[in-house]
Formats: sequence, structure tokens, C-alpha cells
Amino acid sequence: MSDIVLSCQGLVKRFGGIVATHNVSLDLRRGARHALIGPNGAGKTTLINLLTGVLEPTEGRITLNGEDISRLAPHQRVRRGLVRTFQINQLFASMTPLQTLALVVSEQRGLGARWWRSLAADAGVAERAQQLLAQFHLAEVADQKTEHLAYGKRRLLEIAIALACEPRVLLLDEPVAGVPAGEREELLQTVAALPADVSVLLIEHDMDLVFSFA
Amino acid sequence: MIPAQSDLARTARLKWWEPLFWLAVFAAPALWPGQAPIINETAIWALFAISLDLVLGYAGIVSLGHAAFFGLGAYTAALFARHLSPDPHLGLLVAMGASALLGLLASLTVLRGTDLTRLMVTLGLALILLELANKLDWLTGGTDGIQGLTIAPVLGRFEFGIDGQVASYFSLTLLLLFFLLARVIVNSPFGGTLKAIRDNRLRAMAIGIPVHARLIAIYTVAAAIAGAAGAAFTLTSGYVSMEALSFDRSADVMLMVVIGGVGWLYGGVIGAVVFQVIRDVLSQITPQYWMFWIGLFLVVLVLVGRDRLFKPWTWFKRGAGGKA
Amino acid sequence: MLTILFDGIAYGMLLFVLAVGLAVTMGLMNFINLAHGAFAMVGGYITVLLMQRLDVPFLVCLPLAFAGAALLGAVLERTLYRPLYRKPHLDQVLFSIGLVFMAVSAVDYYVGSTQQIMQLPQWLKGRTEIGSLGMGHYRLFIIVVCAALTVMLQYILSRTRFGSRLRASVDDQRVAAGMGINVNVVFLSTFAFGSGLAGLGGALGAEVLGMDPTFPLKFMVYFLIVVAVGGTSSITGPLLAALLLGIADVAGKYYIPKMGAFIVYTLMIVILLWKPQGLFVRQGGKA
Repeated sequence: MSDIVLSCQGLVKRFGGIVATHNVSLDLRRGARHALIGPNGAGKTTLINLLTGVLEPTEGRITLNGEDISRLAPHQRVRRGLVRTFQINQLFASMTPLQTLALVVSEQRGLGARWWRSLAADAGVAERAQQLLAQFHLAEVADQKTEHLAYGKRRLLEIAIALACEPRVLLLDEPVAGVPAGEREELLQTVAALPADVSVLLIEHDMDLVFSFA
Repeated sequence: MIPAQSDLARTARLKWWEPLFWLAVFAAPALWPGQAPIINETAIWALFAISLDLVLGYAGIVSLGHAAFFGLGAYTAALFARHLSPDPHLGLLVAMGASALLGLLASLTVLRGTDLTRLMVTLGLALILLELANKLDWLTGGTDGIQGLTIAPVLGRFEFGIDGQVASYFSLTLLLLFFLLARVIVNSPFGGTLKAIRDNRLRAMAIGIPVHARLIAIYTVAAAIAGAAGAAFTLTSGYVSMEALSFDRSADVMLMVVIGGVGWLYGGVIGAVVFQVIRDVLSQITPQYWMFWIGLFLVVLVLVGRDRLFKPWTWFKRGAGGKA
Repeated sequence: MLTILFDGIAYGMLLFVLAVGLAVTMGLMNFINLAHGAFAMVGGYITVLLMQRLDVPFLVCLPLAFAGAALLGAVLERTLYRPLYRKPHLDQVLFSIGLVFMAVSAVDYYVGSTQQIMQLPQWLKGRTEIGSLGMGHYRLFIIVVCAALTVMLQYILSRTRFGSRLRASVDDQRVAAGMGINVNVVFLSTFAFGSGLAGLGGALGAEVLGMDPTFPLKFMVYFLIVVAVGGTSSITGPLLAALLLGIADVAGKYYIPKMGAFIVYTLMIVILLWKPQGLFVRQGGKA
């Protein structure tokens, strides 16, 4: 019974003449807290894009919980528990944090295709959304459209969305990028408080942060 | 119901003016019997506009060829009435089925590529159908269209008469039914995923939404509704022509959705009414050159900012215009 | 059949000159400009009116058509288009449709809606037959002029400083600006030049395609096809796409008159399904 949840072998990505990812292999154990470090331009985000299926590898294999996911579409990998956050916030501008999280939770629970009942109908979904809002200190802004939120709150929402997907493997792409020093603690504590069996891979270039985390 | 639920439900709740609005709408043909044909026409446009809004406002697909589904529904209803049965109910269902099928096939073309690609394939599809209607004139009547159709009475009792009363109630009923359906869809989790896809497709994929499957579904449904509008056109007027497939029809319905407000179901309905009024007024003032004024309106609309159109106090302020 | 090929090539080269400006501005500003055909119409009408009313020789009209359309393009870019670059594509579509409506109505009002008759100079009329290949002299002229323009464009793009600035701005606007390239000037001059080319194309094409107020609407689809299929990251892409379109259209209308235009649209949809970013896009380039 393998303890390795995510692994890739010989991952290569070429863009024309440029080799962005050169023969990368890694194994991530259950419950691990690792950091992926490197200067800007090293190809960290490209690796995340390859692992999550946003980019197709030129060569190599990716396995999740023993299953070969190299050919799977991004949304299929998310369903299997491989979740990521983005370095630049990727949010839903016209929706409120409450609506956003309710939506993510609904999709996660298999209710995403339901067209005949309202989004508000399921109490369980609303409860989980409310819980996440509280956990990420978003309760006060829960009813404001995302496009009107301050940057710090947006960053929190970015991470909250990933957690709402109930990840088994979480890839955090520079989670505190652009977040003022005072608010970083808050964010990192939430990440540290993740369940023990969730594996986390943190992309970062700030070494102090890395050593306090990994 | 926990507080979060009621917050979520707030946007979906029936507003106080909605029942009044629909009562007024349904009273209109009885109160102004002379206007019944116009009311019928407007109701059909409004239904067509709702269909486009689902695709444009909720799924974010810019389509300049939506008339393809309207026209296919119209022609199918005509051919059904002429060759198979004058029953309007069956005709409506068959027309919707045909449009849904086309929508299903067409949806495969709009999934990938850029906005320009999508624009081209939607336009291309409508142009192909237009060419087919033109060239297969033994079937479609070519430029003459199919005329003089006899349609059986609605529910076996109400005949489509020249006064247009039955016609307008027929179309208004269809409008209300599909409006309610669209409303349910839009407020559901499925509708939420569409908005997510529209706002940020990349993130939608990253939270597990099967983007292609959802887009195919909504495109097919929207096509079926457009087909219903087309069928209503044929059934209530007794004829169909190539105008139903024309670029004019695709462009006009887009204008209606834009005027009324994209991404808001009432936008289609209100836009249809406003557009008809504007066009009526303009063609009386300048019968030949009303196109110029519509063009000017569009240019000003975009320069001022679509969301600021109905807030004149914001027109001269610099500031946000465009996506966040 | 060779004649069909010849006519198709002439048509294709003409479409290229008409549409290349659209391809470049689309790639540069990411702006969907459905009013591009209006600039072609301006060039066509300038030529026809100058020839008819002021007896200006045809060859003199060509650069005048270019200049007129380019000037109009420059003015409109600076005043109307520039604020709209960041807007969503829907807004750009609506705006440019609005401009077309205005242009079409204005021309209809001032000049009338009948198709303009163009009198070609004597030396351009006539035909030469070589075996089974029949070459109309005017079409030959079109091919020569357009080929020269293509070579010149390629030269400007790859050998001049302006060309490098343009290519840099297409690749990545922010980085280009950060390097000191005046992106506004690049946009303005590119837009003006592209519109000028459209005007020139309109002048050249007036005799072959017909010049009336509905020209922008009738041919817009063809320009868009050239750009969508050819891609916006090079000029060889649209060139090949235009040639393909020209030959397919002429051949289709000749061999299967019943289904002529239908072939072109179906071909376009099939190609875009197969390669949504266009047939000739560079690997790794931006769409």
C-alpha cells in the first residue's frame, strides 16, 4: 500500500526551442509538507500547470494515488483530489464570496449539474460555505462582489476556493504573493491547520517562509 | 434555513414588481386589441432574446449567428405544417427538437478557440443555413419562402385569426413558460457554474467544472428555445421566409439583449420592447436612414459604457469601463 | 482550369491586401474590428469618384485611395478606437458594427445606393491567352501589385526597426513598452497603414468585386475568414489563407454553382474546428 499520493517521472516540456521543464521526477507522500523553491523563471508554475493538466507534457508520466492521470483533463484531476491555487488571483469577478464558495462546494459534492433546484436549496452546501467564510475571515465581505474586494481578502478567497474542493493534494503557487506582511501570518496559519493527511506542495521563492513551513 | 441560505436565495427571490409586470403584459392584447400583432411579434423577439442571453450573458459566447436556430425552428414548423400535420403543438415540439439537435452539433464548434473563432463559426453556421435555404428552393421555397400555411387551432379551440389575439396569447404563454424555465436554470448550481465559466474559464476548470459538458448543455437548451421562437413565428403568421435566417435577425436580437442588459433575464424582454419602439419611431422619422442612427447609438453605447447607459449621471465621469 | 486557378489567385491576393491590416491590428491590439471593410469602401469610392468627376487617372487614384483611408484610420484610431482596446470583445463587436452601419448609411445618403461603374484605363483591359490559360490583364495587374505589396510588407516587418517594434508589441505589449517602445505610436501607425492598405484594396477591387454601400457588409465575412483561418501572428498565414479562400471561392462557384458560397463557409468551420487558433499559428505563440 503505497504512501505516495502524487508522483511524476521524466516530465519534460518544450516550447519551441525552450526546455521549460527538463526531466523532472518527484514523489509526494501522504501528509507531506514540501516546498518547491527557485528563482523567478525557473519553471515552477509551468510544473504546476503540467501536473494539473493545463499544459500537455512533451514527455513523461504523472500518477495520482497510483492512477495514471497524464491524459486526464484538468477538471477530472480536481475531482480526484488534485487542487491548486494561482499566483495571480483567478476569481469570479461578478460573484460574491458566498456565492463562489457555495458554487465550489456544490460542484465538489456532485450537485454542479443540477439545474432544477436553486443554489440556496441545499443546507449542507450553505453550511460548509459559511464555515469556510468564517475560517478565512471573509464573513464580513461575504455579500460583496469579488471585483470590489480588497487584495488581501481576494487572496484569502483564492485559497478558500482551493480548500472548498476538499483536496487530497494541494499545490499552492506563491500563496502570500502581494499580501502585506501583517496578513501573511493569518494565511499561513490556515494552511498549516490543514488536515494531516492532505499533502501540500508550496511554491515559493522567499526562503524564510519556506523554512518556517516545510 | 440557515442565514447563508437566505443570503444565497435573495438574488433568486421573486421581486414585488414581477407578478405585476406579467399581469400587465398578459392584459395588453385585451386592452389594445389593435396592437395584438405587434405584441405577438415582440413576444417572439423577447423569447428569442432570452435564448441568446443564456448563451451570451450567462455562458459568455459571442454569437452573431443565433438566427440559425430561430430560422431552423421556423422552417421545420412550416414544413411540418405543410407536409405532415397542421397541429401547432406537435409542430412546436418538432421544431424545438430540430433546433436542439442543431444546437447540440453546433455547440461542439464553439467550445475551443478564441472569441474571433467563435464569432466566425457561429456566423458561418447561419450563413450556411441561409445558403441552403436559398439553394434548396424545391424544399424551402427559396427567396419566396413557404406561404399560405394552414395551422390548426390551439388546444383544439382557439383559431389563429387575422386580429392576432390568439397569436399574441400563444406567444406570450410560450414566453412566460420559457422565462420561468430559464429562471430556474439560472438560479441553480448549474447556472452558477455557467457564470463561473463566463467569468473565469481557467478557474472553473480548476474547481472541477466540466466546462465543455456544461457549455454543450446550455447551448442545446438555448437553441431549443430559439427554435420555439422560430416555430411561434411560423405558426402565428402562417409563413416563413429567408429573413428568419438572416444576419439582420441575428444582429437585431443581439442589440435587444445588449440594450436590455446582458446577463439579466428581463434584459431580453425589456430590450425587445425598447428596440421595437426605437425602430418604429426611427423608421417614421427617417425611413431610409434609420440604420445610421442605430449605428450611432451603438457607438455611443460602447463609448459611454454598456452598464452606464441608464445612469446618465455617470456619462462624463472617467473611470471603469470593461472587465474587472 | 488553369484560368480558374489564375482568377482564384488574383482574388486571393486582393483579399490578402484587403484583410492583412485587420490581421495585424487584431494580433497587435486584440481588437475585433468589424468595420475594417468600411476603410476599403472609402478607398474604393475615392477612386471611383475621382475618376468619374475629376478625370483623375487610375494609377494616380491608387495612392490617393491609400492615403485617404490611412488618414481616416489614423483619426479614428486616436479618437474612437484607442479608449476601447481594453473592453470586452462583445463591446468591440457592437462598436464596430455601429461604425459600419453609420458608414454604409452615410455613403448611401451622399453618393446613392447604385453600384459604381468603374472605367479601367485602356492598357488594363483585355486578355492574353496562353494555351488553356486565359489571363485577364487587370487580374494580372492585381497579382503583380499585391505581390509587390506583400514583399514590401515582409521586408518592413523583418528588416526595419519599425517592423521589429511592431513584432515586439504583438508578442508582448507590456514588455515592449517597458523597453521604451512607444506602443501608442506603433498602434496608431499600424492601424493607419492597415486601413490604408484596405483602402488600396478597395480601389483595386472596385472593378472586380463591385463597389456599392453594402460592400463592407458583403465582404466582411471574407476578411474575417482570412484572419481567423490565417491567424494573427504572421502575415504569411493570412496570405496563404487568402489564397486558399480565393481559389476555393472561384472554383466552388464555377464547378458547383448551386453550392458555391456554402463550400467556403463549411471549409472555414472545418478548419477552425481542427485548428481553433488558425491554420498557420506559430507553436507557443499567443493567439
